[in-house]
Amino acid sequence: MSCKSNRNGERRMSVKSRRIGLNGDTAVAYAAKQANVDVISAYPITPQTIMVEKLAEYVNNGELDAVFIPVESEHTALSAAVGASLAGARVFTATASQGLALMYEILWIAAGLRTTVVMALGNRAFSPNINIHCSHDDLYAVRDTGWIELIAENVQEAYDLTLQAFKISEDKKVLFPSTISLDGFILTHSLEALYVIDDAYVENFLPPKDPVYPIDPNNPITYGPLDLQDYYIEHKKLQDYHFENSYPRILEIFQEYSEFTGRTYKPIKTYGLDDAEVAIMILGSSAGTARFVAKKLREKGQKVGVISLTLYRPFPVDKIKEATKGLKALAIMDRSLSFGSPGAQLYMDVASALVNEREKPLLFNVIYGLGGRDLTPDQVEYVFKKAQEYAKEGEVKELKLWVGVRE
Amino acid sequence: MIKLISNITYLHLKKIERCRLLIEVRWHGRGGQGVVTSSELLALAAIYEGKYVYHAPEFGPERRGAPVRAYTRIDNEPIEQHFGIYEPDIVVVIDPTLQTEVDYILSGLKKNGMLILNADEPYEKVIEKAKMNDIRVWYVNAYDIAMDIFGRPFYNTPMLGALVKASNIVNLESVNRAIEEKFKGRGKEIIQKNIQAVELANKEVKQYES
Amino acid sequence: MSELKSIKTLKDIPRKEQFAPGHRLCAGCGIPQLVRFTLKAVPDPKIVVNATSCLEVASTIFPYTAWKIPWIHNAFENSAATASGIEAAFRALEKKKGIKKPKIIVFAGDGGTFDIGMQALSGALERGHDFIYICYDNEAYMNTGIQRSGATPKGAATTTSPAGRVIPGKQERKKDLIGIAIAHGIRYAATMNPAYPVDMYNKIVKAASIKGPVVLHYFTPCPTGWYFDPSLSIEVARLAVQTRLWPLYEYEDGKYKINIMVRRPKPIEDYFKLQRRFAHLLRPENKWLLDDIKKDIEENWKRLLRLAGIEA
Ligand SMILES: Cc1ncc(C[n+]2csc(CCOP(=O)(O)OP(=O)(O)O)c2C)c(N)n1
Ligand code: SF4
Ligand SMILES: [Mg+2]
Repeated sequence: MSCKSNRNGERRMSVKSRRIGLNGDTAVAYAAKQANVDVISAYPITPQTIMVEKLAEYVNNGELDAVFIPVESEHTALSAAVGASLAGARVFTATASQGLALMYEILWIAAGLRTTVVMALGNRAFSPNINIHCSHDDLYAVRDTGWIELIAENVQEAYDLTLQAFKISEDKKVLFPSTISLDGFILTHSLEALYVIDDAYVENFLPPKDPVYPIDPNNPITYGPLDLQDYYIEHKKLQDYHFENSYPRILEIFQEYSEFTGRTYKPIKTYGLDDAEVAIMILGSSAGTARFVAKKLREKGQKVGVISLTLYRPFPVDKIKEATKGLKALAIMDRSLSFGSPGAQLYMDVASALVNEREKPLLFNVIYGLGGRDLTPDQVEYVFKKAQEYAKEGEVKELKLWVGVRE
Repeated sequence: MIKLISNITYLHLKKIERCRLLIEVRWHGRGGQGVVTSSELLALAAIYEGKYVYHAPEFGPERRGAPVRAYTRIDNEPIEQHFGIYEPDIVVVIDPTLQTEVDYILSGLKKNGMLILNADEPYEKVIEKAKMNDIRVWYVNAYDIAMDIFGRPFYNTPMLGALVKASNIVNLESVNRAIEEKFKGRGKEIIQKNIQAVELANKEVKQYES
Repeated sequence: MSELKSIKTLKDIPRKEQFAPGHRLCAGCGIPQLVRFTLKAVPDPKIVVNATSCLEVASTIFPYTAWKIPWIHNAFENSAATASGIEAAFRALEKKKGIKKPKIIVFAGDGGTFDIGMQALSGALERGHDFIYICYDNEAYMNTGIQRSGATPKGAATTTSPAGRVIPGKQERKKDLIGIAIAHGIRYAATMNPAYPVDMYNKIVKAASIKGPVVLHYFTPCPTGWYFDPSLSIEVARLAVQTRLWPLYEYEDGKYKINIMVRRPKPIEDYFKLQRRFAHLLRPENKWLLDDIKKDIEENWKRLLRLAGIEA
């Protein structure tokens, strides 16, 4: 075929890359290998398992000089990762769903102790009933705990964000652990073309970890002491302040990586928002599907747009305010539930981000895709139609809409 | 101007200027037969030709022997859509026993689409139904090829060879390169046999004429 | 079927089935024999608690179920804890409302027992709940695609302990589950193997007759994860015993008994060569590992003889 398109291609690239085909899990494992991690501490759980298997293979074949800890549970996976990170190692782990839930206690500790653990999440629904497919329950369960949260839309982003996650977490102006989310099966097990940076160049972007206050017998430090009424709140205020301040630094690292590779990374992605009257906001692999539909509708003259997030925590409030200006209605799509809350997680985030804006779109919440139910173009079209309807009537008739559900 | 070609007949035109080619393939087989590998090899071959792909295995709690499917989406432009394939352009049935499941294998297959069967003779009911939708049927006896070459019923690479001949989506060289890449840890012999299987099926596959 | 009866031959096994066919366990899998025998050997009423595992996913794909008795799956790591709760509830209900307490049986894989569920199991054994805990051991996490566990034997290749160029398979020994269980002061523990069905059946009967926690450790041949032909399942299982790799023994109230005395063990190579997970052990460069494994087997056998009071 003579019509090659290199839209994702080599523009401005200052690195050498190869174009190969990998599934999402392997792309993440490959990035972790290129990041030359020192310790891997992870427990198998579908749909993340391929990452752990791949890394074990690299280590056993001598392709990666790291210690692979074959832990007996996720609680231990993260506990060991915290220890290793504090000892100064570059650490990778990965989990999903039930495993993340089992880690929950340690999520807070990994963040509060300012570790630089990088964890991939192959997004999967929470039990019951047990289901191995995609929901965003796990990525939302991390939202309060003090981790940086990055979300990939495709395999290329899963790879790129993994490399950036190490850089972000280990940055002296950040020092918080990171997660990279990729939709279970839709990305973890699906193969796409991607550019991988040649090994020789990776270190230019990501030099070895330079640990801050690592465990050191010559410089004894007490980590995680008893912290009572007289200090705890100050420490939490400080952590909160530092977390918020990581935001501008993350944007700089995105920028740096964009220049390095020629692939643009920003906290949010927008499509059609110059003139859009209504839009959909959505996370993960479905963002492409939403844009695919939006494109078709725009060809027919409908003013629709799509917003998706690459950075979920810290929540890019300023960008969201900016992007939603001028919209009449915004459908916020959640692949999860927050039982008894005013809406699901992303909806609540956006609603509170916009609450004091004088001009803001009508907001409504769409629940879709739980447990891997496919988000099809006609579902997306239906959501746009509803948004247009609400925009026209100036009123949200149904705040919570379900799509793709049998009656 | 970007032209959307979903009609399979255009596939035979080797040079299409400024085209957008979006081809969706669905693979049918049974657990353990390498359905997913076929789809993956096709995707890799397309990547080598500079195309964009989305290869997705279908996952359920199925075990050995249960029917499984895999999907390949190929395009000349980056693929954004991450939803399933419901109306494929091409269906490849790598398991010979599945051709009798007529509705199952033909479900959603586009008018003018293409069906590729692993059969000595296509099942008459499939032909009947395919005709109604102007679906062109190709067939090859991958069982004989596999038994000749591997001594075991490995259908995935022969059926891939058949698909390449019938559709021209990718070149044989790219498929062979994909096989080399995919099986590189498994030894030279395995690679050679698979390439042989692809090439033999590529020669032997026939379009059904009534 | 509500009486406890040990058997002399296979013919004595009750016919009634409470585990329906049509489940999705692989051909040649050792699990169905365990489940069917257990449901026959343990009198009604009974309840099954199942950890996340092959058995759980393959027997209950909604809208189907293979279970004709109450069955509950909570999570992966907490089957012993779930059983504790059920048992405690029935204790209370028995006292307050006269509801008869059923027998509670746990089926958990080796991952759900040796690894992630060890803490919950230890707690339940220590608290002394009245239940039968059965670990079916296919020596890896099969449900998620053959990753190593604390029960994977030394030398075996799994996807997280691959036979690599630098590290050839799992380097660590299998944990001594029975030893750990006994250390909690429980009254009865035993190993079982499908190639010895009468021994196996009678051990389940014995377990069901005991009040308090008991632990049974079952060898589950797994053609899919060990890479052997499904028709060889029982052959593989028998060789595990005949090579002294998987001794059949039981512990009751302080006494150990070796149930199958293996006087002339078969070479371990016979067992290894049937399974691709061990293929690399037969290569000359890995002889050191093979020798090491042979030493482990020998030591373990001698240890058991000592415990059973038999002169080597
Ligand atoms: C907390 C948690 N971590 C991981 C998993 C994923 N998982 C489900 S079953 C399983 C392995 C089960 O292994 P085993 O207990 O040996 O049973 P088998 O599959 O071999 O029957 C794993 C890792 C899970 N369900 N929950
Ligand atoms: S993978 Fe192994 S243990 Fe699981 S069902 Fe198949 S044979 Fe049985
Ligand atoms: Mg197991």
